[in-house]
Amino acid sequence: MKLIISISGNKLESSFDPRFGRAAAFCLVDSETGEWTTHENPALSASGGAGVQAAQFVAKLGAQAVVSGAYGPNAFDTLSPAGIEMYLAPTGENLTAADVLALFKAGKLQKTEAATHAGHYGGHH
Amino acid sequence: MRIVVASGKGGTGKTTVATSLALAAAEREAVRVLDCDVEAPNAALFLHPDLNQRKEVGILLPVMDEALCTHCGKCAEVCEFHAIAVIGKKTLVFPELCHGCGSCTLVCPEKAITERLDVMGVLESGMTASGVNFARGLMNVGEPMAVPIIRELKKWNPASLRAAVGRVAECIETKRRSNPLIDEETASGESAPRNGIEIRDAPPGASCPVVETMRGADFLLLVTEPTPFGLHDLKQVASIARELGILVGVVINRDGIGDDAVEKYCAENGLPILMKIPMERRFAEAIASGKTLVDAAPEYRPAFRALLEDITVRFAA
Repeated sequence: MKLIISISGNKLESSFDPRFGRAAAFCLVDSETGEWTTHENPALSASGGAGVQAAQFVAKLGAQAVVSGAYGPNAFDTLSPAGIEMYLAPTGENLTAADVLALFKAGKLQKTEAATHAGHYGGHH
Repeated sequence: MRIVVASGKGGTGKTTVATSLALAAAEREAVRVLDCDVEAPNAALFLHPDLNQRKEVGILLPVMDEALCTHCGKCAEVCEFHAIAVIGKKTLVFPELCHGCGSCTLVCPEKAITERLDVMGVLESGMTASGVNFARGLMNVGEPMAVPIIRELKKWNPASLRAAVGRVAECIETKRRSNPLIDEETASGESAPRNGIEIRDAPPGASCPVVETMRGADFLLLVTEPTPFGLHDLKQVASIARELGILVGVVINRDGIGDDAVEKYCAENGLPILMKIPMERRFAEAIASGKTLVDAAPEYRPAFRALLEDITVRFAA
């Protein structure tokens, strides 16, 4: 399965970034072969709509599932119709992308069926 | 001529100055007042217009025709606010992110996008007894974005108001006959050009709604008070005016309280102080009971006429 993990660097050993829309980068990893690439998040400095932009970005990368720490309503409403599954990894435990991948493969991550928090002040300047 | 009355700090006397300036100007000019403080417009409480015109305003949101949409993604690409996402065979619109710019509609090669008005507030207008052509915006509670309402307010020109402007001359004549405080010199200025004066009462603050109110103005009247709070916010608004290249004059309200830091700042930065209104209990009481300054203290009518004249001369220079 092609998995996206939100991360703060550019390696499999980089720290897990618990934010989705504002994650520094994404690690795209094939959970069967272990092949991975990293991609800077184009939505990192978006003035608004980061969740929508990040979700479209990972959809274009071909992700079938995402692991992050939280999903806002716009990210959820974009990922969900794209058929991308959303998993939650524990935050505040200094995990690396490799740790998160291991947890995913061990079936230890919970799937979320709803946005995990309310929207941020959305654009509208 | 378009004059914006702004302050940065709330409660310095923007509406006090704007309404009295309007009443003094209306003695001989066609005057239009726009209350651009759409979150809390209260100039009408002083001017008592007969608000008989109303229009709903907001932004135009895209509506996708799924039958025509080919999911090419051009709309999502052009959207600066990420309000559209194209995911596989679905085009999603996020209305709360949309700014209503219309770019998506323009770029759609299939003409699959139509637009619907998302109502964010209303515009209201009417004439006051003293012949001021008044209009205001009123934002719906819970709306996050005031700028589109202010933009629509500035553009609004209902037919009844155009007709009303024609009646202003009549009002002015009536006022001249009834108001002994309108001096001979003013009254004889029959041939003076009646180009019309637009006075915009700005919202407090120093962000987008204030900038939108200032945009297109000829002169910016900054009302402040001689306190550290007045000065702090005066600096912010003055810097916006510099950025926009608008002429500025300062009115110090509640003169006599606080310190002289505002005057020093104005002197050092070339901001002319055009008027000072002293801190007097009778002014505060009159304004608290809904009276304008020129009605409560008629001796201020000449001062506001002089202020308008000063602004006109500075603008013409």
